[in-house]
This record gives sequence, structure tokens and C-alpha cells, in this order.
Amino acid sequence: MPADFSSDDLLRLARLARIELTEAERVLFGPQLARILEYARTVQQIDTAGVPPTSHPLGTSAPMRPDTRLPSLERDEVVAQAPDADTQAGLFKVPRVLG
Amino acid sequence: MAFDTAAEIVHAIRSGQTSAVEVCHDALNRIRRGDEALHAFLEVTADIALNRAAALDTARDDWDRLPLLGVPVAIKDNICTQRIPTTAGSKILSGYRPPYNATAVDRLIAAGAVIVGKTNCDEFAMGSSTENSAYGVTRNPWAHDRTPGGSSGGSAAAVAARMLPLALGSETGGSVRQPASLCGVVGVKPTYGRVSRYGLLAFASSLDQIGPIATTVADAAALLEAIAGPDARDSTAANTPVPHYAEALTGDIRGLRVGVPRKIITAGTDREVLEAFDQALDVLKEQGASIQDVELPHSSHAIPVYYLLATAEASSNLARYDGVRYGYRARNAATLGDMYDRTRDEGFGPEVKRRIMLGTYVLSSGYYDAYYLKAQQVRTLIRRDYDTAFEAVDLIAMPTSPTPAFKLGERTADPIKMYLADVFTVGANLAGLPALTVPCGMTPDRLPIGLQLTGRLMDEATMFRAADAFERVTPFARSRPQA
Repeated sequence: MPADFSSDDLLRLARLARIELTEAERVLFGPQLARILEYARTVQQIDTAGVPPTSHPLGTSAPMRPDTRLPSLERDEVVAQAPDADTQAGLFKVPRVLG
Repeated sequence: MAFDTAAEIVHAIRSGQTSAVEVCHDALNRIRRGDEALHAFLEVTADIALNRAAALDTARDDWDRLPLLGVPVAIKDNICTQRIPTTAGSKILSGYRPPYNATAVDRLIAAGAVIVGKTNCDEFAMGSSTENSAYGVTRNPWAHDRTPGGSSGGSAAAVAARMLPLALGSETGGSVRQPASLCGVVGVKPTYGRVSRYGLLAFASSLDQIGPIATTVADAAALLEAIAGPDARDSTAANTPVPHYAEALTGDIRGLRVGVPRKIITAGTDREVLEAFDQALDVLKEQGASIQDVELPHSSHAIPVYYLLATAEASSNLARYDGVRYGYRARNAATLGDMYDRTRDEGFGPEVKRRIMLGTYVLSSGYYDAYYLKAQQVRTLIRRDYDTAFEAVDLIAMPTSPTPAFKLGERTADPIKMYLADVFTVGANLAGLPALTVPCGMTPDRLPIGLQLTGRLMDEATMFRAADAFERVTPFARSRPQA
């Protein structure tokens, strides 16, 4: 585990998170994230042998519902919210996928 | 003519003393007068509200079955409102108008409420001061150089300034209770699953919960009753009947057992907060409750556990904001990948980026067991502490916040210091328990202090009963900031 976030660590994380960080953000976030992580690391000293994890506070399982068809959202209204959408064709538009 | 509480408004409309349109005009005027200084609102929907109020005025046959008839309500901006801008305080959702209402919003409308606008919040509810909004800070009505708290700071400030009687906020780690406490109003975090999360922009799904902000416990209880209950659109909304909370507000708390985790509240809490808290316990005792110590041994780990779990879940939930389907998109990107990366850099603010990065780290290969799984296990220990405590007591009392409202800018440079604002509130979120804050004092500088009561799972009624009894014999809920 890194005691500090190197510039490479940060870039790797930024790539995973799909955020292009500016140089100024890299300088700011490196030490901040290291400090937050160091603080969070205190939980590792707690003995949790045999303790099950909690993912849902009530511990209930998902209820079932009848599989009935319901109206969807209006396509035109949904597409109209998208930046640069082709509202005539009813399509989202994005830049080309390969560089 | 002015009516301050939801209960007064409903009564006044039904008895013909006023109309929904008059009440709506009154709220809009108060917002116009008060919000220039406070900036609690991101959007005021005057026309929609007045049309709605006029429709209610003519639908007399329905009045008896509308528990919030004509009551103006503000909605935190991370809760979807159909065709009304919903940004969650983020640039990445600028201009977004959801094609649907959150279930809580639909239920408010069905209960006769009039939605008058959207309130400011920390971006995606990440923060404790409302300073992380991309649209400017909100100011505390009691002291304009101080924060209203956060993340539901706009909702708390609007209610505290008596612009309107009710608002919806949302909680992940204290984002209703902490601002309500700092603004001197009532704020409720319902049991996880009590209120549908459908239409609440997801931050940390195992913790998020919509909750009421009001000037009285009775109003907060009525608001919760209107929005609570199972929902086919949210599989985590519990299939548990919702009580008629007004019946719980008897004013009688004789025999109620209140636990105090004395060890965790003494360190790091302001003296004036502790004094107000102890005086509040004396009031409960005089009313017939018994006070005893309880232990919550793992509570000191609640903040780190919370930040590991919440950031991990956030990094996953916020992956959807990529510039494709809604909101902001970076200009002139050459490729799709480039567009994602630059949209997210330009669209998210610093705190959101910090949390996404931390959460990405926590979930990344090689670290998952050491951080995420470990935090989930400690979450179990925290839950068990509460279970044990609730074998001996009916409610747990703590201060809501270790300090009164702090100055704007005071903590923005130090994320951990900001996180510690939630030190007394995150436990209830991790354990899924209901908790509320009710005003319990004032500092010598006239800054509000809040008493927090936490109840058993799905037992909001007991904490409403105790908080209402407390409110009846203390002056704090009736004191209000100078206009």
C-alpha cells in the first residue's frame, strides 16, 4: 500500500475513474488523498475475524413484484435532455469511438 | 396574514381563512425578500406553484383527504422533479430537466403539497456546509457569515428563515440532521428503506435516504407520513406499514428510557453544545424519562468506515455522468474516451473528484478486502453496538453536531476537518436507524444547537413522541432568526 500517492498512482486512479485531472488538481489531490486514506486505514486495526459484512442495513432480500408491462419514459423527452442529441432521429450522439 | 406551520396552513385553508393561492403568494414573497441574502434556492417555480395552488382551491371535494393541503414545500436539488431543473448542485447536470418525479415528490403532490422550488446543496450531497455547490454558497439565516451546514443546507436555511414550512432533504451521513441543527429546525433521517429512493440521485445506495425538514416535530412527522411506504420502483423501500404519527405525539414520555453514549460525546465537543445537551437531558428527565449510560464502542470508527463505504459506492454510482445522456458535455473532444475524461474533469467539482478517486482506489484490485470488505465488517460491529444498546433503552441521545454553525471558508481547505462535522450523525446511517434533530439551545452568540434522538429500526414514532414532548416545554423551536 502506498504511504503516499505518487503522481503515477494518481494518474492510474484518474484513468480508472475516467477523470482527466489538471496538473493543479494532481498537486492538490495527492497529499489530500494520502491523508484521508491514512485516516481511513485506522479501521484495519479492528479485529473482524468471523464478522459478516453489512451491505444492507436491514439485511432484507429484494422483494418480488409481478412482471407486468408498464409505460416507459417518453423517448423524445429523454433524448431531448442529451447534449448534441439528434432529436429528429431520436438518437444520442457521441464523438467517434476510435481516435 | 401569515401561517408558519404546515398544520396551521392546512387548517386555515380548510376553514376558509385563507386559500392555497394566498399561501403560495405569501411563500413566494418571503422567498423573494429573504433569498437574496441567503441563496437557499437554485430554482423558484412560481408559475407552476400558483397554478397548482389555484387547482387545489377549486377541488374542495378533495380537501379532507389531502393532509398537506396547500402547503408550500421546497425540494433539495438532488431529488428529481419532472421538467424542473435538477442539478444536485453540480455543473455536470446543468440544464437537466428530469422526465419524471421522484416517488417522494409524487407523493407530496398527491398529499396536496405545492412545490415551490429547488434548494441548494453540496454537489451530489457530498459535503457538510453547502460550500461544495457549483452554484454558490448558502448562508445561515442566524449569521450570514456562517454555513447553514450541509449537504441539505438550502432546505434547512429556507425553513429556518420561515420562507416556507417544509422541505425535503436527503441524508447519506447526516445531511439532513446536521444542517437542521445548525439552522435551528427539525430534521429527520428515517429508517433506511422507510422512504423510496426512486428519483433521488444516487450517492451511496446503502446509506442514502430522503428526509423531512420542518419547524415543528408534528410537521416533520406529517411530511414523513406523506412520503413513506413501499414502492415498486425501489426494491430497498421496505414493505412495512406507515403509522399515523400524529397519534404518537401524546406529550407523555413517562417511563421512556434514554441512553447516552457519554464516552464518545465528551471529546471534541464544544462546551456550549455539551451544556445545552445536558440541560436537554434534564428536561427529558423532568418529563418522566430515565437517563442512563450506554456504550457504542465501535462508534469512534464510524467516520472512516463511512468514508470508505460512501466513496466506494459513489465512485460506482457517479460513473453514469459521462456527457452522453444528460447535462454537461465537454466541447471539441476528438474521441468518445476523451469526451468522457474531459466532461468529468470539467463537470465535477473538487470534493466529488476526491471522493470518486478515493472510492475507485478502495474498490480497485488488491485493495478491496483491506478497505471495502473490512469497512463492511466494521459496519456490522457498529450495528451490533446499537442492537445491544437498544436492549436497555428506547432512544439514544447525543448532540447532533459537535459545534454550532462554523464560518464559511473555515474548513474548506481541510477535508477531514469537514468530515468530522458528521461524527455524531453517521452512526445512524451505517446502522440504518431512524434519527432526528430538534432545537435544544442557543449559544451566547445566538447560534442554534440541536438534540439528536436515535430510535430502533422502523420506530420513528418513539423519537417523534420524545422530540414533540421536548418541543412543547422548551422555547427553541419557536425562536427564529432576525429577518
